[in-house]
Amino acid sequence: MQNKTKIILFVGLFVLIALFLVVDLVLGSVSIPSEKILAILMGEDVKASWNYIILNFRLPKAITAILVGAGLSVSGLMMQTLFRNPLAGPYVLGISSGASLGVALMVMASVLLPGVFGAVYSFLGSWALVVSAIAGASIIFVIIGMASIRISDSVSLLIIGIMFGSITGAVVNILQYFSDPEQLQSFIVWTFGSLSGVTWNEMHLMAPVVVLGLLMSFVLIKPLDALLLGENYARGVGISVNRTRIWVIISTALVAGTLTAFTGPIAFIGVAVPHMARAIFGTASHKVLLPAVVLIGAALMLVCDILSQVPGNQTTLPINSVTAIFGGPVVIWVIVRSRSVKASFS
Amino acid sequence: MSDNYCREILETDGLSIGYKQKRDEDLCLLSDLNLTVRRGELVCLLGPNGSGKSTLMRTIAGLQAPLKGKTLVEKMPIRERNFGEIARLLSIVLTERLQVGNLSVYHIVSLGRHPYTSWMGRLSEKDESMIKWALEQVGLWKYANKFINQLSDGERQRVMIAKALAQDTPLIMLDEPTAHLDLPNRVEIMRLLRNLAKETDKAILLSTHELDLALQAADVIWLMSKNKDIKIGAPEDLVLSGSIEDTFKNKSFNFDRKSGNFIMNYQKKQKIQLVGNDVMGFWTQRALSREGYQVTCEKTGHCSIHLIEDRMEWEIHNNGNITNCKNIQDLLLNLNTNL
Repeated sequence: MQNKTKIILFVGLFVLIALFLVVDLVLGSVSIPSEKILAILMGEDVKASWNYIILNFRLPKAITAILVGAGLSVSGLMMQTLFRNPLAGPYVLGISSGASLGVALMVMASVLLPGVFGAVYSFLGSWALVVSAIAGASIIFVIIGMASIRISDSVSLLIIGIMFGSITGAVVNILQYFSDPEQLQSFIVWTFGSLSGVTWNEMHLMAPVVVLGLLMSFVLIKPLDALLLGENYARGVGISVNRTRIWVIISTALVAGTLTAFTGPIAFIGVAVPHMARAIFGTASHKVLLPAVVLIGAALMLVCDILSQVPGNQTTLPINSVTAIFGGPVVIWVIVRSRSVKASFS
Repeated sequence: MSDNYCREILETDGLSIGYKQKRDEDLCLLSDLNLTVRRGELVCLLGPNGSGKSTLMRTIAGLQAPLKGKTLVEKMPIRERNFGEIARLLSIVLTERLQVGNLSVYHIVSLGRHPYTSWMGRLSEKDESMIKWALEQVGLWKYANKFINQLSDGERQRVMIAKALAQDTPLIMLDEPTAHLDLPNRVEIMRLLRNLAKETDKAILLSTHELDLALQAADVIWLMSKNKDIKIGAPEDLVLSGSIEDTFKNKSFNFDRKSGNFIMNYQKKQKIQLVGNDVMGFWTQRALSREGYQVTCEKTGHCSIHLIEDRMEWEIHNNGNITNCKNIQDLLLNLNTNL
């Protein structure tokens, strides 16, 4: 593919994102004309309730969608390169299982130990879920991080990550078994994923951490490219594979862990978008793929958010289902058409 | 000759290779190795499976810790350097096939410039001219923009050699570079490596199973065998001293010192006389030995084979009966049914 074609594709993606962003802001249960939205964004006072909806609800939700799409896709791409596995994604090392264990403990264990958890719950207030998810993800991250220093081959690390996923899943199951329907429901609602729970307050924490993780991944472009040749060749051209692995894990844990804490585990995007980027740009080079997955991930997530708002209705579908139902066929189509998976992981 | 120009690119100083074990004594494969590879030399590391070739290669490349001693490239001890510094001293080419397809040949060779580029990996003009030069050396400049999965196995291996050249190191190490290739490509790769050693004045060290090719291409052979010292010398010296014969000795075949080939041992059936010589005679003899006949040129028994060279035909004389054969397959078929 010529460089010119690539530039056109990138510009096209930017235009798409801008378009989807506008549509995402326009659509919703309260209809607000699009020219008024622009005015509100420019800082004008149009109408108090409209201002409130756009600035405090729709805008943070759209920004969250962009961050989730970009962050999870980049994490997925790095995991796929590190583990040379097309099925790898941001959650492959058990980050989301750790987060869900934290949330499950917080939501459901208050039944088992009412005194302790009840006090913590009321102290943290609206941050309770976020804090517990971050704590759960961090514990898994520390364990995986220590394992990655001791274990020098990536496949073993992958298996350990999957094992942790199973173990934490089992613990969550046990907690579910013993909890009240009410608490069970609030946990399950969390696992559905939601982009609308992020307020500006929370955005102040989430956005910088995710952006920092993304910047780290751009520094990793060179070692990631070398890893495409296999770990031995990568060492041969002077890359410290162990150090690269640790930085990749740190960056993924930051991005995926933080996003999961605020939005719930959003599956599918992280595995699918890297494949779409490879198919569209026809290359395995991270210098192209990394910005490509940022843009494609953001665009796709905005589309999913638009689709999750059932037109003419108050309800929104769980975002986790929307990403899979609408994104799945797209990815299948892309893969069948271009056979890029085979070219990348033969 | 300037002071910093050293003839010896690679030296090992009392190197012992093997594996450290937690409970038992260390498993030592070879000890006190003092090996050298000089500028412009092609050295082939030969030995049967399990003799420790890979361990020696890995230890020299600094990927595995030696039990004792050290490896020096241009007088610099490898183990005291980090990956980035080692990558400027030695480059490697491996047996393993690349698992990635959608990378361009140019991009792969450019990865050889990693030790010299900044964290962004941006290629300077010098980097780009090195990449072009490396691809020209292996004859693949015209494929620079092709994807690696559009190339044959032989071409892929040449791409990896170009990557090693682009890395601009005094020493290039190749681990069984011809393992997956067919005969023409194996010969081509060995010829290319020999020429590169001579033209670029680099030291090239490769491990291989290809005894015949190594005998023809190498300046020096390092011969390894299980539980024995490593033997070093020009290929011809090792043949004359019988070292090669000893190392590859086996019940079912012999190394023939005269031809430099392996001859399979077949169960001997009976003697048969062959009349005629030259090329046709040579190949007829080979066919007969494969079938288990002991071929002589003296008269023995009642059966003999005569070559009619001008017609390219064979005659079997058996007790005065003459059978005419058009080709060797026919000849063997007749012998097996009649005798």
